[in-house]
Amino acid sequence: MSLLRYESQVRAPLVDGTKDYHQVTEDICRPVEAKPSRLWWTGFLISLGLLLFGIISVATEVTYGTGQWNLNRTIGWGWDITNFVWWVGIGHAGTLISAILLLFRQGWRTGVNRAAEAMTIFAVMCAGQFPVWHMGRVWNAFFVFPYPNSRGPLWVNFNSPLLWDVFAISTYFTVSLLFWYSGLIPDLATLRDRAKLKWRKAFYGVASFGWTGSTKHWQRHEALSLVLAGLSTPLVLSVHTIVSFDFATSVVPGWHTTIFPPYFVAGAIFSGFAMVQTLLLVTRKVLSLEEYITIEHIDVMNKVIVLTGSIVGIAYLTELFMAWYSAVDYEWFAFKENRLNLNSPYGWSYWLMMGCNVLSPQIFWFRKMRRNLFVTFFMSILVNIGMWFERFVIIVTSVYRDYLPSAWSTYYTPTIWEVGFYLGTFGLFFTCYFLFSKFFPVIAIAEIKHILKKNGENYKAKMTKEEEDTVSQFSEHHLHEH
Amino acid sequence: MAKKKFIVGSFTDEAVLFPAVKKVRRAGYKLHDVFTPFPIHGLDKEMGLRDTSLHTAGFIYGITGTTTAVSFITWALTIDWAINFGGKPYFALPAWIPVTFELTVLFAAVGMVLTFCWLCQLAPFVKKEHFNPRSTDDTFVMALECTGSTNEAEAQQFLQSIGATDVKVETRETGWWLGSYANDKMRFEKN
Repeated sequence: MSLLRYESQVRAPLVDGTKDYHQVTEDICRPVEAKPSRLWWTGFLISLGLLLFGIISVATEVTYGTGQWNLNRTIGWGWDITNFVWWVGIGHAGTLISAILLLFRQGWRTGVNRAAEAMTIFAVMCAGQFPVWHMGRVWNAFFVFPYPNSRGPLWVNFNSPLLWDVFAISTYFTVSLLFWYSGLIPDLATLRDRAKLKWRKAFYGVASFGWTGSTKHWQRHEALSLVLAGLSTPLVLSVHTIVSFDFATSVVPGWHTTIFPPYFVAGAIFSGFAMVQTLLLVTRKVLSLEEYITIEHIDVMNKVIVLTGSIVGIAYLTELFMAWYSAVDYEWFAFKENRLNLNSPYGWSYWLMMGCNVLSPQIFWFRKMRRNLFVTFFMSILVNIGMWFERFVIIVTSVYRDYLPSAWSTYYTPTIWEVGFYLGTFGLFFTCYFLFSKFFPVIAIAEIKHILKKNGENYKAKMTKEEEDTVSQFSEHHLHEH
Repeated sequence: MAKKKFIVGSFTDEAVLFPAVKKVRRAGYKLHDVFTPFPIHGLDKEMGLRDTSLHTAGFIYGITGTTTAVSFITWALTIDWAINFGGKPYFALPAWIPVTFELTVLFAAVGMVLTFCWLCQLAPFVKKEHFNPRSTDDTFVMALECTGSTNEAEAQQFLQSIGATDVKVETRETGWWLGSYANDKMRFEKN
């Protein structure tokens, strides 16, 4: 037992302070059981206001049609699909943290996985809004599913990337939700058993599904988590791959690139981790969970950001090189004149993207910067702005100059309703996140307890005999073993 | 209704719990269950529980998803209403990989979660018995089932002697909410 729990002293503890199991429960349940602070109410009401603005914007668009947006003849996707891809990308970090890092046995995921997964689910909810409301006649949205209909039945086109998207996003949402909730059940049971108020007992009683903590249930729960992680790992990679197919399978210069799938996946992880940083830096401060979401966690996530940011940077340069090397005039024109040329109408967006995504994350090569909360917070915002512009660059600069130069004159800017819709999804996202942080434990209690005796500061402080020994003592001690 | 008696003891350290489980089984008591606040690796083996076959179920759901997707798309796009998309073959298997993959994952995940809930009898509005509310906080709770031959006082003393605190005799109505793993337990082999 003790051997299995051993971890080198070189690794920093993942839980700071003197903790025992009960203290962990207390610390993480406290924000859930306390009355919401004034700060919480302020944030929540602002989010609700944004959500309301979004609802009005969408209602206007549905009432009067997609003409309420400034989409034009060649720019058919504009802000709407830019926002879709951006949100989906953000929705990648949660499942990556919980699934891939579970398979890789990364202990640090336990501090951040619950909040990151919640973020994933809310981000995918926001993403889903865009293609749906873009349909215009949204009451026909169910046409995207293959169901027996009176039109033949005419089936959906299974050869189309847009349909693959329907399956990818809905599957991703469902599986992430199941994964998240099955992990929540034991923690909700903890809240149920601690509840003093009647409504709390009832609410968490229903939500925890009658969980008892039986050894057999834990055995099955572990099996379930592991297989769900195994299933989610290729799923995460597939989702943004398929989103990138929306572009890559077309023959539009700037979109028609085989590098898109890995480049999109790296970008998604990049922006997802940035959003996790934004949220967790605030969450740990407001809910005083600094001992669970430590500088160590932030450091590790910043390493992921610099890695994926650099992959994205290489992808940008590769596609630029290939555009030139392919010797296809249209492809090279799209890159040289529509993007690289700073004086072209959208040249600024390309260089903004380059600055935010490729140059700025390089600061995280320095350990001091990775562990600086202000730098991290600032960078996380910068990366998300950069990643929004990446999608904007791909979607708008590839099509705003058609093959027909007579169609070149229109400069696309969004209307207030397009902006309102985007802000509305922020409202939806943060409303959900505020509710989550109030009613659910933002850190996986059971998982923290599981690693506590291996990674907790007070447990790590107890060194083993081998570690206390000097080299000569150690060799003397072990010399006569054989 | 029929009632059952349990001897319930609490442990605060898993290092004490492990040998205790072994001793209880060796002494021939009927171990009802151990409730823990977090998964403890190896405890299921120690209790003699067999491995779960949830993985196998997941695999079966997964291939069900694969076959559903492939056969449905094949039928829809080649037999029921074949449409010529830009002169490409009707049977365009490579283009169907994404949807097939997604349905495989979807079937496996949804099926496994439902099976998990079914096996553990977990659902909203379900109330189950776990003897001590602190078993979801920081206490490992061991429950022994009293059979005809169990001497209660002796069993209580035995639990205390192997490190349990707060040992009590509890009476509960029998039913599914207690959970039963009689089929799950393997015979204890003395070693």
